[in-house]
Amino acid sequence: MAAKRANWLMRNHKWFERHSLILVVGILVVVSIGGIIEIAPLFYLKNTIEKVQGVRPLTPLELAGQNIYVREGCNVCHSQMVRPLRDEVERYGHYSLAAESMYDHPFLWGSKRTGPDLARVGGKYSDEWHRQHLIDPRSLVPQSIMPPYAFLAGRPVEVEAVRADLAALKALGVPYTDEMVAGAAEHLLQQVDVDSDFEAMVDAYSVVAGREGTVIVRNFDGAPGAPTELDAVIAYLQVLGSFVDFSTYEAGDVANRR
Amino acid sequence: MSYETLASFAQTWGVLYFVAMFAGATAYALWPSNRDTFKRAAIAPLKEREADDDRPLA
Amino acid sequence: MGANEQVRSSGDPSSWAVAITLAVMAAIGLVAAANAHDLAFATHMWMVVAAAVVGLQAILVWTTNSDPEKRFDPTYYDDGIIKAGIAASVFWGLAGFLVGLVLALQLTWPNLFYFPDWGFTNFGRLRPLHTSAVIFAFGGNVLIATSFYVVQRTCRTRLAGGLWPWFVFWGYQLFIVIAATGYLMGVTQSKEYAEPEWYADIWLTVVWVAYLLVFLATIWKRREPHIYVANWFYLAFIVTVAMLHLVNNLSLPAAVGSKSYSVMAGVQSALTQWWYAHNAVGFFLTAGFLAIMYYFIPKRVDRPVWSYRLSIVHFWSLIFIYIWAGPHHLHYTALPQWAQTLGMTFSIMLWMPSWGGMINGLMTLSGAWDRLRTDPVVRMMVVSVAFYGMSTFEGPVLSIRAVNALSHYTDWGIGHVHSGALGWVGLISFGALYCLTQWVWKRERLYSNALVEWHFWIASIGIVLYIASMWVSGIMEGLMWRTYNEFGFLEYSFIETVSAKYISYIIRALGGGLFFVGSLIMTYNLIRTARGDVREEEDAVQAARPNLQPAE
Repeated sequence: MAAKRANWLMRNHKWFERHSLILVVGILVVVSIGGIIEIAPLFYLKNTIEKVQGVRPLTPLELAGQNIYVREGCNVCHSQMVRPLRDEVERYGHYSLAAESMYDHPFLWGSKRTGPDLARVGGKYSDEWHRQHLIDPRSLVPQSIMPPYAFLAGRPVEVEAVRADLAALKALGVPYTDEMVAGAAEHLLQQVDVDSDFEAMVDAYSVVAGREGTVIVRNFDGAPGAPTELDAVIAYLQVLGSFVDFSTYEAGDVANRR
Repeated sequence: MSYETLASFAQTWGVLYFVAMFAGATAYALWPSNRDTFKRAAIAPLKEREADDDRPLA
Repeated sequence: MGANEQVRSSGDPSSWAVAITLAVMAAIGLVAAANAHDLAFATHMWMVVAAAVVGLQAILVWTTNSDPEKRFDPTYYDDGIIKAGIAASVFWGLAGFLVGLVLALQLTWPNLFYFPDWGFTNFGRLRPLHTSAVIFAFGGNVLIATSFYVVQRTCRTRLAGGLWPWFVFWGYQLFIVIAATGYLMGVTQSKEYAEPEWYADIWLTVVWVAYLLVFLATIWKRREPHIYVANWFYLAFIVTVAMLHLVNNLSLPAAVGSKSYSVMAGVQSALTQWWYAHNAVGFFLTAGFLAIMYYFIPKRVDRPVWSYRLSIVHFWSLIFIYIWAGPHHLHYTALPQWAQTLGMTFSIMLWMPSWGGMINGLMTLSGAWDRLRTDPVVRMMVVSVAFYGMSTFEGPVLSIRAVNALSHYTDWGIGHVHSGALGWVGLISFGALYCLTQWVWKRERLYSNALVEWHFWIASIGIVLYIASMWVSGIMEGLMWRTYNEFGFLEYSFIETVSAKYISYIIRALGGGLFFVGSLIMTYNLIRTARGDVREEEDAVQAARPNLQPAE
């Protein structure tokens, strides 16, 4: 019986193999076409590729801050996407534009607001507030359920490592110039030191932004010495959502239509 | 290729593709000559019995 | 037959192939460790080297000490790997549930459960640990174990590939350990459910290809003409997850280190990520576990699936429609509106195949409804299918733009996920683990049906507390965020909406705690069952119970 069955199988083996492969191919076709049809058009979407005035790549210090933001999983509880709903616009500020996250690899829109949205937190609070809040959230907001991040204050930023980060992002199409990549470590140190020669760095980033006033130079963590991770995170938080000047931005403009 | 063409392609042919896909699967499932195959397939897992030590696949 | 020849030939090609793979892996790991840019990466590379060395040693010991004739005896099913899969599932399940409980407690009593000196215990680092542990470690091991069991039985042949199934098993555990330790060290891509960094992703790709080939090769040497529908669902799960994983994890490492940058940015990365994440739910947590439903429920109640034809329509329409539904995670964002509408439409359509599958699973019991009373394992699986029906109804509702405007970003989403994860995935997995333990250790019955009853009720009450509290807190905070006072200003500050959820969070932690306690009871029961123990009192109770006769 078994031998007979095996024989029969041998004869039909090829076809059956093909049959299961047909199944695999069928599954692949069915699941891939949907994705292609849905996602492919977005790569031709003008408005995500065409930039809005003011939007610029992050400076080395801000980028280091963003990487700490990712490392600590801040995006798990804080969104960076203000939806065009009345209450959100009133609570957080102008709704988020696609262009504002065009240099984020990957996006950090988030999916949950265990804490408030941070898309427009830049400039809303003082550096001192952020310091105190990151070190001990409940000392400022007693009902807060945010974890404490006191350890950031004691950890220096790895200054030299940031060049590789800029180089990788440049390779992916973020408009860093060669000078920005080469001077990354220097620029990082300049941004926390108001006595340094930071003007060239500020100018370079202002040129990419297309407007003045998007780069903040100051000692963010208030402590002397080498920049800490607290400096980097606060520098990042303080520019979030501040690149586009919404007093002059016109949503109805053909260039900004989505 | 522009964004508009791709988007309108997705919005029209996508739907047609869906209808064709669904019709195909339904036809295959309901095709009369497949009836016995499916009947056999449905009971296949139940036929298999394992005793403790008599080589189940011998 | 092909499998016979493979075994009789001198030496064993699959062991050699696995050994060579491990050697290559050790070599790459050594080079990478020597050039490591950061400590986390170096740690991981040394772990890879250690794993490869241990693996090679194990192969050596095992080949020298085992009888080549019996090594991959094709007259037996390969049940050893199923046993290992059960153990791994239980272990990771307990770990994942426990971390989830810790997270719930952190959000409830932050002063007690955060440790300022231990940054790695903060919510942001533990959260991916929890989601990956329950989805990929617990769920993934359940899927690998059940798929290896089901494909052997329904194809009536031993698992193909010799030593490769073991490579898949241990390779997958290594991926989990690298991912989990990475989260604690802050190594993450930040993309939800795709957090592991590039090198873990590459490793998972290798393991996954091996998994697909083992599964397909077993199907190729099957002794049944038809490929049973459960295997269709497993195949869709394996193939689609491979595709999603490859596309969504395209990234460029910044150095020979643990940090990489996603190739896509902004809107494109958002849509790609949610296409991935939604279909991870669709194909990992749905298709894979539907395969479990289509095999274990018929098998346990000894009746064929209610409608095999419906299962085929279910299969194709589910995998087709699911793939489009991702954009419903991006309503009102910077994603173009037509894509949002498309996502919403397909999400609503998805309700149909989902309920078709639910009906098919439930109606399989027709004519055997008494099993609900007599077999708590059957009851567990049936209730899980009911939860599947519930969350696949809730999902389409949440995908409607107007509803989503309220529910998105709130705890309602957390509640929805957990009704699917605890109710559907959790309970069907527990059901399958009870069945498998009894079957592969060849026991007449479980150690204790009463303990399964306890597990069932404790877990069910836990789930209800969990999802009800999240409905309350989610809808409440959603409404509070948009409440205006009589002067036309927003009524509540954000922090007021946080403190309003305190009671809900206590209830949620209680629910999660109960679910965890239930799984502890299961663990005890499974261990005793595997050891061959039977709780004597129950036999006595069973015997004392009057033998009920059906009414004439």
